[in-house]
Amino acid sequence: MLPWLTVLLIVLLAYGLYGGLVLAPADYQQGDSFRIIYIHVPSAWMSLFVYVVMAISGAIGLIWHIKLAEIVSISSASIGAAFTFLALITGSLWGKPMWGTWWVWDARLTSELILLFLYLGVIGLYGAIEDKRTAARAVAILALVGVVNIPIIHYSVEWWNTLHQGATVTKFDKPSIHPDMLIPLLVMAVAFKVYYGIALLMRCRNELLQREQNNRWVDEILEKL
Amino acid sequence: MSDFWHMGGYAFYVWTSYGIGFLVLMIGVIKPLMLQKKILRELVLKRQRNQRVSKS
Repeated sequence: MLPWLTVLLIVLLAYGLYGGLVLAPADYQQGDSFRIIYIHVPSAWMSLFVYVVMAISGAIGLIWHIKLAEIVSISSASIGAAFTFLALITGSLWGKPMWGTWWVWDARLTSELILLFLYLGVIGLYGAIEDKRTAARAVAILALVGVVNIPIIHYSVEWWNTLHQGATVTKFDKPSIHPDMLIPLLVMAVAFKVYYGIALLMRCRNELLQREQNNRWVDEILEKL
Repeated sequence: MSDFWHMGGYAFYVWTSYGIGFLVLMIGVIKPLMLQKKILRELVLKRQRNQRVSKS
């Protein structure tokens, strides 16, 4: 499965990057700086998506005590944190030339920063508790409480005045962005989802190997090495 | 071609974004790969130890 996903990821990235960096025309207001969108927006979308996956699988683990759900939940945390970090840093690099500042304490940026802290809290809490099943339960509750932040991030650009531009793609009218710019963006978004799949599978495998190290199937894997 | 790298004067911001993006995503898959190698190595050692103990 992983080799296929990796090939798919490379194809999507090649197409998305070529479309975004070469084929798409420069923005009429922002010039070429808008091309940061192809990293920034997929990262920001994924930072929310991964959080929701983490919270839902955490809840499933909490309610039905399904071990695999716990593992998916905790394995998502560090990937989500990476996406959030990327969204913040590329946003900053976009904000400097466009807004004239690296950072403002407005609703969108602040709530995204809180999201990063939530991810870091989840990772820290999981690491701090010795028994992994207890740790997974504690982390799931923290993740569920933090879900309140997700709609705040999404609607922050509508609810409050902000330097951050409003939605151009995820709104009910048709997107106010030209297809030449939009298609690479969507391709990059899919590529980031595939990347998440790859990174998640790798982390789940490690977590399973460690938790189930005395199991038969681990023996079989080791014999094949 | 130099136009492409110049990015209409925004080269620093655009290429730093892409560079950091590349780095972060690469680290995100290299780290678990290294961890997997380490786990498997330790598990093999552990089993070899157990076998020796059970034989003696």
